[in-house]
Amino acid sequence: MAEMLLEIRNLRIEATSYPPGEPPRDVVLVDDVSVSVAKGRVLGLIGESGAGKSTIGLSSMAYGRGGVRLTGGTITLNGRDIRLVDARALRALRGREVTYVAQSAAAAFNPAIQLMDQVIETCLLHKVMGRAEAEARAVMLFGKLGLPNPESFGKRYPHQVSGGQLQRAMTAMALCPKPDLVIFDEPTTALDVTTQIEVLAAIKEAIHDTGVAALYITHDLAVVAQVADDILVLRHGKRVEYGATEQIITAPGEPYTQALVSVRSIEHVEKTDAPAVLQIQNVTARYQGTKFDVLKNITLDLPAGQTLAVVGESGSGKSTLARVITGLLPPGQGRIRFAGRELAPALAARTRDDLREVQMIYQMADTAMNPRQTVGTIIGRPLEFYFGLKGEAKRKRIQELLDQIEMGKGFIDRYPAELSGGQKQRVCIARALAAKPKLIICDEVTSALDPLVADGILKLLLALQAAEGVAYLFITHDLATVRAIADRIAVMYRGEVRRYGAKTDVLAPPFDDYTALLLSSVPEMKMGWLEGVLEGRRMAAAGN
Amino acid sequence: MHPVLTLVVQRIALGLLLLLAVSAVIFLGVAALPGDTAQAILGQSATPQALANLRTEMGLDQPALTRYFNWLGGILTGDLGTSLSNRTDIAAAISQRLGNTLFLAGWAAVISVPLAILLGLLAARYNGRWPDKLISGATLSTISLPEFVVGYIVLYFLAVKWQLFPSVAMVFPGMGMMERLNAVILPVIVLVLVVLAHMMRMTRAAILNVMQSAYIETAELKGLTPMRVIWRHAFPNAVAPVVNVVMLNLAYLVVGVVVVEVVFVYPGMGQYLVDHVAKRDLPVVQAVGLIFAAVYIGLNIMADVISILANPRLRHPK
Repeated sequence: MAEMLLEIRNLRIEATSYPPGEPPRDVVLVDDVSVSVAKGRVLGLIGESGAGKSTIGLSSMAYGRGGVRLTGGTITLNGRDIRLVDARALRALRGREVTYVAQSAAAAFNPAIQLMDQVIETCLLHKVMGRAEAEARAVMLFGKLGLPNPESFGKRYPHQVSGGQLQRAMTAMALCPKPDLVIFDEPTTALDVTTQIEVLAAIKEAIHDTGVAALYITHDLAVVAQVADDILVLRHGKRVEYGATEQIITAPGEPYTQALVSVRSIEHVEKTDAPAVLQIQNVTARYQGTKFDVLKNITLDLPAGQTLAVVGESGSGKSTLARVITGLLPPGQGRIRFAGRELAPALAARTRDDLREVQMIYQMADTAMNPRQTVGTIIGRPLEFYFGLKGEAKRKRIQELLDQIEMGKGFIDRYPAELSGGQKQRVCIARALAAKPKLIICDEVTSALDPLVADGILKLLLALQAAEGVAYLFITHDLATVRAIADRIAVMYRGEVRRYGAKTDVLAPPFDDYTALLLSSVPEMKMGWLEGVLEGRRMAAAGN
Repeated sequence: MHPVLTLVVQRIALGLLLLLAVSAVIFLGVAALPGDTAQAILGQSATPQALANLRTEMGLDQPALTRYFNWLGGILTGDLGTSLSNRTDIAAAISQRLGNTLFLAGWAAVISVPLAILLGLLAARYNGRWPDKLISGATLSTISLPEFVVGYIVLYFLAVKWQLFPSVAMVFPGMGMMERLNAVILPVIVLVLVVLAHMMRMTRAAILNVMQSAYIETAELKGLTPMRVIWRHAFPNAVAPVVNVVMLNLAYLVVGVVVVEVVFVYPGMGQYLVDHVAKRDLPVVQAVGLIFAAVYIGLNIMADVISILANPRLRHPK
C-alpha cells in the first residue's frame, strides 16, 4: 500500500445562503465525505454543478471560497490535520505542498504581470529554489507541456497567448514548486474540443513524469476516465460512489452513476426532406472597422420543422451567423430568404412578423432574463407585444406555455433567481415559443448546463418541434448534442462551411481533415481512449 | 509607430485643441461682461476724447476676433498683457505667484498622494474591520468640514495654542528651503487633510473591486500574505481609476486653494486672482483663467497617459 498523502475523513462544509426575501440560513455544501489520495495517484472528483467538487478540492488547502466554512471532519495532509494549523502555517503549505489549477486560466492569471514572474512566484516565495533555477525549471515545464518557444514564452503577458496555452502555463505554474498534490479544477472545460485533447494529454504526461499526486475535478466522466486512477462520484455534497476508474465506467453500482455513464443516449432519426424555411445564400459578413470576413460565402438551407446544427469551435463564426440571420449584423453580400420571402438585411427594416417568426434562445439563460421580472411577465411580454393579449387570456396562454415546458402552476409568480439552471433555460424556451415562431435560433443553449439537465432540455426541444413544427438552427460546439438533435449538420471552421449535409452523410466517412480531427477529439467513455487517439494521430503523421 | 505612442500623441493633441477652445470661451466670457474697460480705468468723469484715445491705445477699438488673436499671439510668445490696475507686466507678476502656488501644492501632493494610497491599501486590507472604519471615519470627517474651518482649527492649536508653526505663511524671494517649508507647513497640513479622503476612498474602492477577480484567489492559493496580495497583485490593476482621482485632486490643489491661501495670507495664484477680480482687472482674470485651465487639462492628460501606460494590453499588443 502506497503512503497516504491526503486523507479526508467525514468532511462537512457549510455556507450561509441569502435567498431573496427570506432570512439568511446555513446550508450544507458537503456532508460526510471521506476520501484519500496516495502519493503519486490521481483521484477524479465528478458530479454536477453544486455537487461540492471544487469545495472539496479547495478544502485540501483549507481554503473556503467566499463565506464557505469547514465545519467538521479532519483533513490530514502529510501527516497533520490542516484544519488545526494557524494562518502562517496555512500560507506555508499553500503553493508549496498543494497547488491549484483553475478552470479559467484566462481569469486566473494576473493581467498586469509577465507569465514567468507569476509561474515562479511560489518557488521564490517559499524559498524552494533561487530565481535562476526556478526560471530554468519553468522553461523545462513549458517545453514539456508543449508550449511554443519555451525560452521566451515567460516574457509574455496573459492577453498575448491563447486560452489553451494559458491553461498549460497554469499547469506549469502549479508544478513549478514541486508540490506533493495538484488540484485540477475543470482545467479543460472552457477549451475547444480539439484544444482540450492536447491540454489533457499534456497534463497527463506532466503528472506522470513528475510523479505528483492530483485531484482532478470535472463534470465530464469521459474526460476524467482518461487521467484518474480512482473516481469519487458526488451529488448534492454527498458521496454516491467511490471506486477504481475501470469499475466506475464499466460496472457502475449506483443508479446515478449509471445515468452519468449512459448520458447522451438520445436516439434521433433524421427527418426526410421538406421545403426550406430558411435559405442562406452566399452570405459574407464582417464587423465594422475590421478588415477580414468573419463569414465567407455561406450557403445553407434549413427545411421547415427540422433542425440544422451548426458545429464549430470558438471563433468559427457560428454566433456571427445567428447575428446575420436575426439582422443584428447586416451581411456584406448575399441574401437571406425566410418562409418564401426575402428578409431585409438590417433589423430596423424588418416587419413585426419578420421579428416574431425568428426567435432566439441563448447560452446564458441567467443574463437573458430580467432578474426583476417574474416568469409570468417574462413569458407574457411577447404575448402582449405580438398578439395584444391581456388579462385572463394572457394568463391562460402563459399557463399553457408553462405546461408545454413541463413546469407547474407555481412558477408563474417566481423570479429567475428562484429557478435552477435548467428551469431558467425552459422559461427562455417558453418565451421564444410564445411568439409562435417558424424558426428558433438556439445558441449553445445546453453548454452551460449539467449533462443530465442538458439531456432534459434536448428532449423538450425535440418534443416541441414535433408538436409545433418549429425549425431550429442549433449552434453548438458539442458533437454529442449534434448527434442527439440534428437533421442536418454544417461544420464551420474559420468562417467557412467545411462540410454540410444530412446528419448521417456528414457523420460518415470519408471525412475532410478538419471534421476528422473534430470527431476524433470528442472524449469517449473508455479508458485508454486518449492514448489511442494520440497514437493514431502520430502514426498518421509518420505515414504522411 | 508603437500604438501606445500614437495614443499618447493623440491625447496631447486633443488636450491642446481643448485648451484652444477654452481660451476662446474665456475670451468671449470676459468680452461679454457688461461695462467698458476704458471707462472702468478712467472713471465716470472721463471725456469722450480721453476714452477714445485710451481705447485706441489698448486696441479696444479693434474687432473682437483681431483682439482675440492678438491676445493668443501674445500668450504664445510669453506676453500675458499688462495689468489694468497697476500697469505691471502680468507674466512677471504671475510667474512668482505661480511658483509659490506650485510650491505649496507640490508639497501637499508629495505628502498626500502616497499617504492616501497607503491608507487606501490598509483600509482595503482590513475591509470592514476597525482599521478600515477608523481610516474612513477620520478622512471623511476632515473632508466634510469646510477647509477654512479646518484651517482655523489647525491655526488655533498648532500656531496659537502650542506655537509650533507660524500662523501666517509668509514667503518672499531669497528665502531658504527650510525656512520656506516651515512657513507653509500649516497650509500644507490643511490641504493634505482636504484632499486625502477622495484619493483614499478611491484607492480602497478600486482595490476591493479588483479583489473580486479570480487571479486574486490564485494569489491567495499561492500562500502570499494579504498585504502582498494587495500590493503585488491587486494594486497594479487598480492604478487607472486611482490615477484619475489623484489628478483631479492635484488640479484642485493648484486651482482650488483660494480659501486656504486667504486664511494663511499666502501670496499664491488664488489670492492674486481674487484681488484682481475685485478690481475688475480683466486681462489678469483672463490670464489666470487660462493658466488654471492649462493646469487642469495638463493633469488630466497626464492621468490618461498613465492609465494607458498602466494597461498591459496597450503596452504590449499581441
